[in-house]
Amino acid sequence: MEQKEMKHLYWRAGFGINPKELEFLSTKSREDIIDMLFYESQNTLPLKIDTHEFDTLTQEQFKKTDKIQREYIEKSRNKIKELNHAWVERVLNSHSVLQEKMTLFWSNHFACQNGMILYVQKFHNTIREHALGSFKELVKAISREPAMIEYLDLKQNRNDKPNENFARELMELFTLGVGNYTEEDIKEAAKAFTGYNHDFEGHFVFNENHHNTQFKYVFGKAGRYEGDDIIDIILEQEACAEFICKKLYRYFVNDALNKEHLKEMTQVFYPDYNIETVLRYMFAQDWFYNPKHIGNKIKSPIELIAGISNTIPLSFKDTKQLVAVERMLGQILFFPPNVAGWKGGKSWIDSNTLMLRLKLPSMLLTNATIANNKKGEFYDSFQTYTKEKVANNFFKTTSNWRVFNSNYQRVSTKDLAQYLLQCPINKGTLNYLETLRINNKQDYCVQLMSLPEYQMC
Amino acid sequence: MRTTNVFARVSNVLIMDRRKFIKHSSLASSLFFVPSFVKAFSSYITAETGYKRLVILQLSGGNDGLNTIVPFRNDEYYRARPTLALKKEDVMALDNDLGMHKSLLPLKKLYDKGFVSIINNVGYPNPNRSHFRATDIWQTASSSNQYLQSGWIGRYVDQFGTAPYTALELDHSLSLALKGETQNGLAVQNAHTFYKMTQDPYLKNIASHQEEAHLSEHNLGYLYKTMIDAESSAKYIYETSKTVSTSVNYPNNSFSKQLKTTAQFINSGLKTRVYYGSLNGFDTHVHQENTHKRLLKAYAEGIHAFVKDLQSKDTFNDTLILTFSEFGRRVKQNSGHGTDHGSANALFVIGGNLKKPGIYNNLASLSDLDDNGDLKFEIDFRTIYATVLNKWLDVNHEAVLFKNYKQLDFI
Repeated sequence: MEQKEMKHLYWRAGFGINPKELEFLSTKSREDIIDMLFYESQNTLPLKIDTHEFDTLTQEQFKKTDKIQREYIEKSRNKIKELNHAWVERVLNSHSVLQEKMTLFWSNHFACQNGMILYVQKFHNTIREHALGSFKELVKAISREPAMIEYLDLKQNRNDKPNENFARELMELFTLGVGNYTEEDIKEAAKAFTGYNHDFEGHFVFNENHHNTQFKYVFGKAGRYEGDDIIDIILEQEACAEFICKKLYRYFVNDALNKEHLKEMTQVFYPDYNIETVLRYMFAQDWFYNPKHIGNKIKSPIELIAGISNTIPLSFKDTKQLVAVERMLGQILFFPPNVAGWKGGKSWIDSNTLMLRLKLPSMLLTNATIANNKKGEFYDSFQTYTKEKVANNFFKTTSNWRVFNSNYQRVSTKDLAQYLLQCPINKGTLNYLETLRINNKQDYCVQLMSLPEYQMC
Repeated sequence: MRTTNVFARVSNVLIMDRRKFIKHSSLASSLFFVPSFVKAFSSYITAETGYKRLVILQLSGGNDGLNTIVPFRNDEYYRARPTLALKKEDVMALDNDLGMHKSLLPLKKLYDKGFVSIINNVGYPNPNRSHFRATDIWQTASSSNQYLQSGWIGRYVDQFGTAPYTALELDHSLSLALKGETQNGLAVQNAHTFYKMTQDPYLKNIASHQEEAHLSEHNLGYLYKTMIDAESSAKYIYETSKTVSTSVNYPNNSFSKQLKTTAQFINSGLKTRVYYGSLNGFDTHVHQENTHKRLLKAYAEGIHAFVKDLQSKDTFNDTLILTFSEFGRRVKQNSGHGTDHGSANALFVIGGNLKKPGIYNNLASLSDLDDNGDLKFEIDFRTIYATVLNKWLDVNHEAVLFKNYKQLDFI
């Protein structure tokens, strides 16, 4: 497989690739490399933090007094930040890159917020478990998650007074997309999900007393349906497979859809809804590697951070600071803006987020300074040439330059751009870079990462 | 520097000239004889007046219009909402039929001065009850079966904007409303932070080495353009706005912070036509009462301080404030002491020169509802946009809304 294609595959299916790994894979075929990607992602290790205070918590204890309740809510909020931090560290350190990429994908597809750490963690691990498995199982599992039951008011959905919120978003955002169902389908489907609830510990509870046992009429069918039946019926609509494939295509290939390729993917995905199968198909196609797709996507904030860390391994030391950066970049994990999730693409970018993105590599790596010595300018010789583990005063992170130095040892400084960037550098920028004196490989690396081009993958 | 529409530029130059002309001709003769410190003061005032601004505020999540502007003499209302209906004593009467939620007291004070128009039953045909779709429809000014990729304010910037800061959103990110086909508004939450972000020498050099005409419309070109705009605009906004401060006390919440910053921008004479802000949390499916109370209070207190701030610098009469929500809520309450997504809703217009202050039109029937049990709409929200574009911003609305809409006479 060509180096260019490998880089593309690893930027899209993962968070980038370094020269050493590229060299290691250089003799392998496309098929072998795809096999390897899936092999490395077959382990669905749950993400767990220490929650012992909540594991033994009962509803009685929680509701004892308002004060106690407030304290638990506050603790839970901090625990969710801790889980957020753990998730970032997992993304930064895991070898199961595709598993991580798909966990991020589904977390944005089934966008959900909750304040209870146990529900949030459970929801997250349900997504991990099914991320590359069956979409059908995933949707059914999600409909039973306490976090979702609360987020879309399934608790309030009762036989006598249905609440349509879940049924509506299930069709609009999770499975079919606008235009592929009627208001009547929503009303009828809502009836089938009556009685969905959960206990305090987070187990799913089906409350038969609140369930509507009458006939429901959806998509031209009739029966005494329950929630799972409705999901089965929805997935019988090919529009559902197409809707998911559209989203996958936009996530992995290009914001602009190609109808032919979408059709191929839909045919592979329907009717089994096996996620791995459709992804394998997509990665194996020649069109996936078409030059017009390469370096054309704007990285999400987490992809940007993970990409930097893939080159110079980072570790965040301060949870609050990490969450603050996520907020400023517009992507706080576990806090999507609404049930439609982050829109992605250009919508990541506005004046504020972009300026921060451009400063981010230097903030994380070099105390927020980007070298800009002109050629011939006096260069401060006291500056250390080969930094290794650098403690950051500006930002509570550590960055491991030793790993960078080793992985990029055989790459000359002037060739660095072709390993770090996925798209060609703008002419004006090239002209400016020409006027600069390259201090050393590390400074140049930070300079390249501070370019708009580095925002692309 | 920017590749703006040449015609838009020309027309704006003409507008500027006309203003200058009016300013000089009407004042020159009388100013000739007054002492210089008065003259300086007067010319400051005239430089600020006549520059009209529009402030748009979204109550996100779908505000319950019926519990905001309350039909407190309507039995249907009390029947539909056994636990949620506001008691008569919790409502401030506006006329024989409608009253304001008591948390809106600061807004009522403005209302009593004739600064508020309440337009009822605003919506559009075949309403969509999803937040995202409904917000998109309001922000793009599309029909419910039409998908537009650009916002109406964004298209206003495309056609009539003179700089990236023609439209500002007081937030950390930009809504679809401010994204045009070729240009965007800017998101600025804090002028100083925004300015500091753009001062790195390396990044400034990169920006100065670009020729804008050569940048593509695709993703990378978009990044470069955003970077260049950010740098020049941040400098202008920061340096212009830092010259004024306020003595008005605002409540301490993020909505009021947006309004405070907006007032600072307006009062400093920033050449921005449209400001966009929002107050979130109106999606009251369960236990609505307290949440709604708190939100309305935050809204009314913020607006009251904002108007006072503008009045202190004589800019209120040149500012029009529109408040909308993506939809109203169902007439009947649900089992969770809340309300589900509805359709038509009340919209507020606030300003110093309203043509029809007070209740603009009667509330729609509470017994003749649509199939979902929601209020039937009477006034298309795009007729309001059209009115504001033509009569306030002085441009042809068809260029922004793609269609000719009837204009109303609230301004």
